[in-house]
Amino acid sequence: MTHVYETRGALRALETAGAWVLGLLWLLPLAYAVWTAFHAGEYSTRFVPTAPLTLANFVTAWHAAPFARYLVNTVLLVASILAVQLVLVTLAAYAFARFEFPGRGALFALVLMQLMVMPDVLIVENYRTMAALGLKDTILAIGLPYMASAFGIFLLRQTFKTVPRELDEAARLEGCTPLMVLWKVYVPLARPVYLAYALVSVSYHWNNFLWPLIITNSVGSRPLTVGLQVFSATDQGIDWSIITAATLLTTAPLLVAFLLFQRQFVQSFMRAGIR
Amino acid sequence: MTRSAQWLYAWLLLLPAMALLALFTHYPTVATLWHSVHSTPKGARPSVFVGLDNYRQLAEDPIFWQALANNLWFALGTIPASIAIALLMAVWVNGKVAGRGFLRLAYFTPTVLPMIAVANVWLFFYTPEYGLLEKALGGLGFGTHNWLGSKSTALGCLMVVTVWKEAGFFMIFYLAALQSMSPHLAEAAAIEGASRWHFFRRVTFPLLMPTTLFVLVNAVINAFRLVDHVVVMTRGGPDNATSLLLYYIYEIGFRFWDSAYAAALTMVLLGVLGLAALAQFWFLDRKVHYQ
Repeated sequence: MTHVYETRGALRALETAGAWVLGLLWLLPLAYAVWTAFHAGEYSTRFVPTAPLTLANFVTAWHAAPFARYLVNTVLLVASILAVQLVLVTLAAYAFARFEFPGRGALFALVLMQLMVMPDVLIVENYRTMAALGLKDTILAIGLPYMASAFGIFLLRQTFKTVPRELDEAARLEGCTPLMVLWKVYVPLARPVYLAYALVSVSYHWNNFLWPLIITNSVGSRPLTVGLQVFSATDQGIDWSIITAATLLTTAPLLVAFLLFQRQFVQSFMRAGIR
Repeated sequence: MTRSAQWLYAWLLLLPAMALLALFTHYPTVATLWHSVHSTPKGARPSVFVGLDNYRQLAEDPIFWQALANNLWFALGTIPASIAIALLMAVWVNGKVAGRGFLRLAYFTPTVLPMIAVANVWLFFYTPEYGLLEKALGGLGFGTHNWLGSKSTALGCLMVVTVWKEAGFFMIFYLAALQSMSPHLAEAAAIEGASRWHFFRRVTFPLLMPTTLFVLVNAVINAFRLVDHVVVMTRGGPDNATSLLLYYIYEIGFRFWDSAYAAALTMVLLGVLGLAALAQFWFLDRKVHYQ
């Protein structure tokens, strides 16, 4: 494909230079973090190419705080949220997409309300509820407010609506119950949307911070983000090399996954955003 | 299946999701309103109805007004900048620039990292005397400056981090929109003799309008929803210069444990988000006409 407005010559070179300057600028904070984490403290702002590389910062960080436990907590958190979300969102989206029933419009409006009134801002009341339920300081309490996801219901409902009704009816004629039709016809056809939703959900909850900070209070329930904050906020003679090493440690799993599945990530965010 | 059986089936499908939504979205919204017109229970004193007292306190609270003003400045400073940069990035990586794959990756990477982690990195970047920014400026002969510690620059520093984090996220929506545009438009415009800039301003940009509105609504919501960087980098300081609305709610609710006043503040935040939502519904309505 030829673009008629493709630039040539000096202008082209200028644009390429601009794009690269911006790209390097965008990577600078990360490159800086990597440099600091892999070098001894005295090199954290001295950029000597021959400075010896070291893993000591990572070892120190790993032993200075229970990051292994935080990692387990985060994985449990993200996995439990996603598992429940997938089930609830599928059932609800199916009802909204393919059933006629009284109150459908009103109920859908009630679902969409969550797009605006997110759990992120209802921290005071949700804390009160968790205290009343006796769930304070548990992994379940971090995840519960997010498990029924309006965004997921909306996304899947749109997808289910594009499934040809003939497929649905054919399956029913063969004696499938609605739940079997859902499992055998709708779910397989929506697989790319599930992948997109899963990636967005996992990265959102891996990164979530304020609510977990409020509702957790012990090593046994803290996710990585909160653990990192507790670690770097305690005055233990701030050593930036160790803090950046800890920062990279906590983001490494997600970052590696992202680098491996870049295309899927970008496409997923795109698909999830455009709906 | 009979009609009533079908109704029952649908309701049962919805039940688990609706129950959780009711418990953690609808109930807390109503409870926020309820608690905002009651007093905070203290010791033996139970909560009593106080009418609009909490809102009166809010109207007379200079820190609330400052947090609200900060948040508006924060939105005004981050949203246009991140949208403009996102658009520029998208145009660049949509063309045939050398190293396109690498550039897309570079622009998008901040999006997948936790705000709390990147805030830590930026915190070091801004550190007085030892930070990279100080070293770089010192090398150019500038004096030292406490970027996060002075009232005039702290909020600006947070804005830079936010723009850096969000631009790549918005870029992909523009990229998707640009890729779905027909190349015939450009050919036709070129035949008509339109300059590249003219084509962008009169054809591309208007066609990207639905995307811009979508990104705009998301950016507004994020500007009021995300305070992780405030917690890590400034804790609202110096002297409340970087306190945003949600951060102030967090402080009132979980440092001073004044849940009634926090409820009144939350009502203000819900009002702001409500306005953003109305804009979005209006926009979704319009988008339908485009299809």
